[in-house]
Amino acid sequence: MSSDNHKESFWTKYIFSQDHKVIGIQYGITSLLFLMLGFLLMMVMRWQLAYPDQPLPLVGWRLSPDMYNSFGAMHGTIMIFLGVVPVITGAFGNYLVPLQIGAPDMAFPKLNMASFWCYFVGGVVMLMGFLMPGGAANSGWTSYPPLSVVATSGQTVWLIGMVFLITSSLLGSSNIIVTIVQLRAPGLTWMRLPFFIWAQLVTSFLLLLAFPPLEAAAIFQLMDRLAMTSFFMPSGLIVGGAATAYAGGGSPLLWQHLFWFLAHPEVYVLILPAFGVVSEIIANNTRKPLWGYKPLVYSVIFLGFMSFIVWAHHMFLTGMGQTMSMFFAVTTMIISVPSVVVLTCLVISLWGGSIRFNTPMLFALSFLPMFGMGGVTGLPLGLPLSDIHLHDTYYVISHFHYVVAPGTIFAIFAGIYFWFPKVTGKKLNEVLGKIHFTFSLIFMNGIFFPMLIQGLAGVSRRLADGGESYAHAQSVIHYNEFMSMSAWLLGLAQIPFIINIIMTIIKKKDKNPDPNPWKATTLEWACPSPPVGHGNFEKDPKVYRGPYEYSVPGHDDDYSPQFEKLGDK
Amino acid sequence: MKIPYNEELRPDTGLYNAKLGIWLFLASEVMLFGGLFSAYIMLRLSDPNWANYGQTALNIPLATLNTAVLITSSVTMVMSWVALKMNDIKKYSMYMGLTLLCSFGFLVIKYIEYTAKFDHGLYPSTNNFLAVYFTITGLHGLHIIGGIIVNGYFFGPGKKMWNSEPERFTNRIEIAGLYWHFVDLVWIFLFPALYLL
Repeated sequence: MSSDNHKESFWTKYIFSQDHKVIGIQYGITSLLFLMLGFLLMMVMRWQLAYPDQPLPLVGWRLSPDMYNSFGAMHGTIMIFLGVVPVITGAFGNYLVPLQIGAPDMAFPKLNMASFWCYFVGGVVMLMGFLMPGGAANSGWTSYPPLSVVATSGQTVWLIGMVFLITSSLLGSSNIIVTIVQLRAPGLTWMRLPFFIWAQLVTSFLLLLAFPPLEAAAIFQLMDRLAMTSFFMPSGLIVGGAATAYAGGGSPLLWQHLFWFLAHPEVYVLILPAFGVVSEIIANNTRKPLWGYKPLVYSVIFLGFMSFIVWAHHMFLTGMGQTMSMFFAVTTMIISVPSVVVLTCLVISLWGGSIRFNTPMLFALSFLPMFGMGGVTGLPLGLPLSDIHLHDTYYVISHFHYVVAPGTIFAIFAGIYFWFPKVTGKKLNEVLGKIHFTFSLIFMNGIFFPMLIQGLAGVSRRLADGGESYAHAQSVIHYNEFMSMSAWLLGLAQIPFIINIIMTIIKKKDKNPDPNPWKATTLEWACPSPPVGHGNFEKDPKVYRGPYEYSVPGHDDDYSPQFEKLGDK
Repeated sequence: MKIPYNEELRPDTGLYNAKLGIWLFLASEVMLFGGLFSAYIMLRLSDPNWANYGQTALNIPLATLNTAVLITSSVTMVMSWVALKMNDIKKYSMYMGLTLLCSFGFLVIKYIEYTAKFDHGLYPSTNNFLAVYFTITGLHGLHIIGGIIVNGYFFGPGKKMWNSEPERFTNRIEIAGLYWHFVDLVWIFLFPALYLL
């Protein structure tokens, strides 16, 4: 590696940087912008759902059903692949993993840079879809064939974008694993790792091993679309009244298997790092050790393994047979056990703590019941019998949004408020933070709770008119307006957050910002805020104890950092 | 700033960084080709017409020759690494050159096979066996080309590192070799699965 004193131009320092901190921030900014874009698409769609076929206010055009499909597919794709996963693994993982294990950088800084730029190009390619004739991909974020194979050219762009994103996640995840295995500071044994690191490690393995089958599937679909092969095209397919030119003999189900083989582990990619973030914040703000560190670690490893053998519970209605359904129903019930263990450990961790109710803690606390809602509503979907009624209804939409939106996204907010002082040396404003939290919590539930009711009444997802033309939806259709209002108000509730970030960034910095403003114990608080240049720590850190030694009896302080020798203070 | 364990082994894991990295990469490659092979199995088992798809049109003697060429390249790849371990850069160049020669040979033979199919009007769109054949061998071919680029770099401009950091250069050849053996291994699965079974 080059030494510290090499000259860095603007380009190598801020754009093509190999410093994990800069790359983490690049990931953070890009993916938060994508999150906003995905949310914007949804706010437009919610207008169509609340007031079908009426022109949009201000702009004046109508969202056609085709465009509604496009927006829906791109909302899902952007939120998952360009928004939430890059924030929680790309930004948090990149910034925090080397700091929390006491490393000077990631193991492969150049690959790290390549990972970000693959992600960036993948995102740009995805957006190019909107410029294609026929608009962006419109076959849902799941891209089920044969629909997706005969769809407009936006789908080709989607697949190419996906290949870039898969490459990015391959580079990023292998980098995180090597960093955690190889670059832990002296004394940082496996059972002294912060839980966040464990979550990132398991998540990276999921990304590493689950994405390639989707890459295989994407290549097959590209071949179907461009070379007229029939991997996913059944014999005798009629499209628009005419037979297709495909040779046939393929299997649409094959795509679903390959897709869900990725996409179920992907669910855990979304949620495991959120567990990690939340447990760091809960331990810190209850001022006591996490309850059940080892069960948490084993649960998260077990979750990782199990997540590879539950995928077909998304496919109960494809007629794959009772034996298969039975198997996947059983594994699905088993995988809920470690999730409950994690949630229980985190709830018991609150017991008897002297809790500080700051903004990160509020988000982390509300994560628990919100993720709980997501988990509990998932159980009926994991059993074939009840899934027959609920499949592809708004109940499903509500279920996974409870996991990801007030679940993972709240964990992301918690993490941003918690680690902002480390990144910039300045704390975010608490009052604005609490406003942001309160309204976000209310309106999130305002959107997603009525969806459960609509779904139980049998309203299907992906209807461009929100169910207006369906008789069975009439009794619950009035919720649409309420949900849309909640969505737009949720948009407004993000304004204090944005103002907060901008205000704090332009605020003048303290001369000597406190490196450890939350009085936390893990290693990232040992280095200055923000951490020094390329290399992070002023002196090489050594680790003396476990990650959550808060309120150790007989100590003056209520926290004993990992990096301080006993009797240092 | 220097990243620890870039060359030297970390005592408790017994690995240097890149070695763990390449094994993780190969694990993900196993999943990629695993996905491709499972798709092949599923398509083949679920299609009653499979027997009519002209699997017999494939040229087994040429593919056997190709298998031999690729295995030879794996052997020379190991020899080039051994040569570096013995501090013999001249021998390294010779063996690496042979490896590259074999890799190009593989591609030429593959090209002959492909064009013969096209001449007979057999395309990926003709039927699903040919679709599987062209897609999987095509992806494998891309892996070969990737290997040629990496090995070509170490044969040419990348060799300079031997003079400054011989240890690190030897590690690089080991990593490139692991990748190359994997590509070879994929072919050893592909050959019977596509041509013989």
